[in-house]
Order: sequence, then C-alpha cells, then structure tokens
Amino acid sequence: MAYVAVSGGEEAIAASLELLSEGLSDPAANVASARIAAALPELIDQVMGESSLYEPSLAALALRQGGGSVEEAVFLLRAFRSTLERPYTSRIIETGNMRVKRRISAAFKDILGGQILGVTRDYSHRLLDFRLDGEEQASDSASPAAPAPVPAVPAPAPAPAVSAPAAEAPQGFPNLPKVAASLRAQGLLTPPPPDDTPPRDITMEPLSFPAGRDVRLQILARGMTQAVMALGYAALRGFGPAHPTVGELRYGTLDVLVDHPFEAGDEEDAYYVGALAVTEVESLFSVEREEQEAASADDTHELSFAIGYGLVYGRAESKAIAMSILDHCLTLGDETFPTQDEEFVLYHVDSIEATGFISHLKLPHYVTFQSKLNSVRRTRHDADVPGAAFAREERTDGSQEASHATAV
Amino acid sequence: MRQLYNFAFFDEGSKREIRRAILKGIAIPGYQVPFASREMPIGRGWGTGGLQITLAIIGPDEVLKVIDQGHDGSVNAVNIKKLIVATTGVEITDETARASLIQSRHRIPEVPLTAEQVLVLQVPTPEPLRDIEPRESETRRLHAEADYTGAWLGLFEQVVRYGNMTTGADHPVLVNGRYVMAPSPIPRFDNHKLNNAAHLTLLGAGREKKIYAVPPWTSVVSLDFEDYPFAPETFEGIRCRVCGAQGVYFDELTDPDTGEVFHQCNDTSYCQTRREAQTRREAQT
Repeated sequence: MAYVAVSGGEEAIAASLELLSEGLSDPAANVASARIAAALPELIDQVMGESSLYEPSLAALALRQGGGSVEEAVFLLRAFRSTLERPYTSRIIETGNMRVKRRISAAFKDILGGQILGVTRDYSHRLLDFRLDGEEQASDSASPAAPAPVPAVPAPAPAPAVSAPAAEAPQGFPNLPKVAASLRAQGLLTPPPPDDTPPRDITMEPLSFPAGRDVRLQILARGMTQAVMALGYAALRGFGPAHPTVGELRYGTLDVLVDHPFEAGDEEDAYYVGALAVTEVESLFSVEREEQEAASADDTHELSFAIGYGLVYGRAESKAIAMSILDHCLTLGDETFPTQDEEFVLYHVDSIEATGFISHLKLPHYVTFQSKLNSVRRTRHDADVPGAAFAREERTDGSQEASHATAV
Repeated sequence: MRQLYNFAFFDEGSKREIRRAILKGIAIPGYQVPFASREMPIGRGWGTGGLQITLAIIGPDEVLKVIDQGHDGSVNAVNIKKLIVATTGVEITDETARASLIQSRHRIPEVPLTAEQVLVLQVPTPEPLRDIEPRESETRRLHAEADYTGAWLGLFEQVVRYGNMTTGADHPVLVNGRYVMAPSPIPRFDNHKLNNAAHLTLLGAGREKKIYAVPPWTSVVSLDFEDYPFAPETFEGIRCRVCGAQGVYFDELTDPDTGEVFHQCNDTSYCQTRREAQTRREAQT
C-alpha cells in the first residue's frame, strides 16, 4: 500500500510555481512595468491606495508580477511595506494647500475660486472607442515621429457652472479656499471638538474599539475600493440612511515635507520629499445641533451641517465619496444599521484580510473535517451510517467512560 | 529599488512589538493580547499569526518543524517552511523530538513535547465567543467580566438538540481557571495535550490580530457538564494500516482499488518513526 495522505506537497508546489512562471514569461505578455504605469494610471492609483504605499513604479511592478490582479498586487505591496522601517514623519499636510487640478462643488453654483472641471469622464459618452486599437498598432509599427494620437474620448461637454479654465493647469491652482469655509464662517457647520492628539498608525498599533476617527479614516482610505463603494452605496440607498451633498471634491497634489531630524525648524527649512496626488471629498450632511446655545422658547431643535470626509490616493473619486459617506455613518454610530456599525465596516473592507480568509478555505481541513464528521455521525440514528450504531448503544447503556462517550 | 530582507523577514522594531505581546500573553494565560499584525508574504488566513510569532522568536540555532494537518509535507507547511528558511537559514526537521520550535496548524504532535520545545499554533478565529456575539468590543467586556454564560449555553443547546455536545475541532477550554480560550481548531482529541503540559504553547491569529499563550504547567480544562462530559473523537477498534498504531488521531482514507475505507496515522512523523523502528527490529531478528 502506497503512503497516500497528502505527501508530495513540495513537488506539487514546485511544479505549480513553474507553471506560474511559464505563464508570465510569455514574451508577448511581458509588458515593461513603466508601460503599465503609463497606460493604466488609475489602476496604479487603486493599487497604491489599497496598499497604502505611494510608489507608482512599485505598484506597476506588483501588477505585472500579479498578472493584473489587484488583489495580488495589493498583497505583494502590503507584504513589502511591512518590512520597511519608518525613519521619518512628515510635517502635517494641510490639504487646503493642495495644488488643485480639478475641483467641483455640488452644493454651490458659484464658489470662491471657481469650479474647475479638469479631467473627468463624468460627461463622456461610454462608447467603446475602437480607434484605440488602431492607434496602438500605428504606434507599435510607426517610427518615433508617429502622428499625434486621435483623441480617445469626445471632448467633455462643459459643466453648467464652470467659471475657471476647463483646461487643467499643469501645476494646479494653489491655495483655493475650501467650500466648507464659507459655511463655517456663517456658523452653520458644527466643528468637531478640537483634538491635537497625534494620529495612531493603524499599521503599528492594534485595532481596538471604539476606534477613533483617525483609525477609521486610515482603514477606509486603504479599504478595498469596491467594498468601500458597496457599503457607501448601501448607506446612501437606505441601510443607515445618509444622503450627502458633495460640498467639495478636489483632485490635485500635496507636497510632503520632512523636518531635519535634529534641527526641526519651520516649513521653510524642511525638506521636500515629493508630492502625493489625492482626491479629497467633503460631504455635507444636515444634523441636529447637540448643544444649543440659545434655549429656544418652543423647545424645537436646531439643525446644522456636519462633514463626512474622504481622502484617497490618486483619482478614485467614487471611493472618496463613499468614504465620506461611511465616515459620517460611523460618526452617527447607530449599530442597528450595518453601515453605522464600526466593527462591521472597519473589519471587513480590508483587502488582505478579506481575500486572505476567504482563500484559506482552499487549504486542507482534513483534521477539522474528520472531527466534524465524527460529531455528525454520532447524532445519526440510521444504522447504515458507520459509527451511528456505536453511538446509539452508548446512549442507551448510559456509559460515560471518557474514551467511549458519544461525541462532544 | 532593491531591498534586502532582515533576518527573519521583520525589522527588529516589529519583532520587539510582537515579543512584547507574547510576553503579555504568557503572563495572562488564555487572554487574547491585541497586536499590530503585519501583512506577510503569505495569505492572511494561511497561518500569518503563527508565522509572525515564529519569526519574532526564532534564532539562528533553532531547529524548526512545521506541520499542517499533522503532516510535514502538506502544501501549506512546505510553503511556510520555505519562507522561514529563506529568511533565516535555520535547520528543518520532520522529527518532533528534534525540533526546538514547532509551528502547527490544526494538530498537536502525538509525541509529548518537552520543556525545551515551543509549540506555535496558527489560529483562524481566536474568539471563543464569536459565534454568540459578533462584536469585539462586547466579547472583550464578557472576557473582562468572566461572563461565559454564552459559551455554556451554546454547548447546552447542542445537548438539547442533538443529545450531546457536537463541537468538532476548537472545543472551548478554560485556561488557568480564568479565561475561556479557543484552542485553535485542534481536534478535541488534542485538547488534553495542552493541560499541564511541559511545553510553552503560543497561539497567533494574524487576521484577527491577537496573540495568546498557554504557559507550561497551566491547567487547561475543556468545557463540559457533569452529566455530559467532554469526550474526544473516538477511533474505537481502529488501527493504522501502515504502522498498526492505535489510540492516535487518524485520517480516514478510501482505497482507490477496493473502495474500502481504511485509516492511517494523521501525524505522519509519528507514523514514520514507528515504521523505521519496526524496520530496525525486523532487521535485527
């Protein structure tokens, strides 16, 4: 009798890895990472966002190695990220200083600094552009001096209230005032209590509940794009109702500055280490005022606005809006709605955790299933189930000797 | 952008944090210590909790054994071993008695472990109360107040409904008379191996970000009732078809030729050692 069990694991893994590498070494499929980064910038944004690692070239490499699977690319980058030391902390980044390339408000037609439509597909027609294929063949075969490519999508129709130039400023518009600032100035926006506690780093400290807003925003920002969107949509639709008005959505770049480790000075003396492209959303929700300053004579309540906040890497606008919805939902915290239950939302949007636990079901469970099998058989009365007869006898004679007792 | 990995994958700061969680776990037997679980190069849910413990405590002179489903050669055990060896270069063994550090999923070896050995168990679901209470904030409160009514009621309902407790693997245990603990899905057959054991057992749940421990010589009692005592899986009258062993945990297999069901030791290293001894005896006679 051959020794069966599950031997041969080592050989099987080696053979499987060989098949995997053969698949990827197909010369036709071997696209340079730089081309992936250039051709699929929004895929790169998604991977960087879910990995919480801002490095387009590594994201491209991970996508290439993972055969285009976002799940796999995020996995590779997260595992890499967890080996990196964190020698510096950047200076606080004020998002008001964003160099804005796109900025819209759904709340006000006319906003200080103007609406900037910038680059968006929102007003494009979703028609497959078959010319793109031809374009690629042309650029593949043509000399470097190939003709300028045909526009991929029809020029966007102007939005109703565009007051700034539609063309994207190459460097973006700096120092545009926040839309929320005007509401704040009018006293219509309840400011959250001031809190200068340094934010916790969710990758360095255990998650505990109730989670602070810092923790919540970090988890949502690196949550699975589609999971954050699905839960945000559920809230919007009615499960934990939260229908916001997008006060402001911005896309642009933020400078990252690091102080000299020994001679921390002001911003002028700090080192510029690069810029992050981000999408930021401030959604407006009307809420009941908690502390009413003026006692009203008729005992009615007053309303005010609160902000739901979303900030994600790159151009991930739907995710940023969904994040702002969930941020507000979790502030409300009515656990009868799953979207307002922080454990439900925060535990389940992480890519590594969801894919890891689901995929582990493919592992052998021979021992635990044998144990389950043993328990199931002991509850059966049919004589033809092996083990059932033994269990029945056991019950009638009342024996409780440990090694013979019916299954627990 | 080339990156060389540190000994045992982690940077030293990460190792230190994990070791602190381990020490706290040992100090409070059965208590789940939250830790900042790292993303690992293997799937989260594929043993990353055990792997993080192993990598945090492993030294260059360690002799390592990794088993999955009782088997050293099982795909996931091989995979984990490859990663540990690639980042540490430690010696690997299949032989339970030779190992100084044993990482396992779903089994405790048949050969009793000694005070010189550390057992690391991979845990998918560290919370024994999760079935009755989905919220972590709530289960932490229940543990703090030692309110284990739910755990008892769960077992009681099984008795009412099925005539006996029907837990499979992961039957809850009371550790040191204080904390109810999920022993990781080891079969009930292995629960007693944790009780007053000579060795240290460390349990790691990567996805759920918890580390807990059973120090040596600590009482570990499986939850049961006076009239419905805890009982392990029974393999009455069953012998290993390969080595003839009795009273061990078995894999149930089907002969591809005859369709007949037969059994083999689940702990392959134990089976192998027995067969080698038998071969030696036969050679001597």
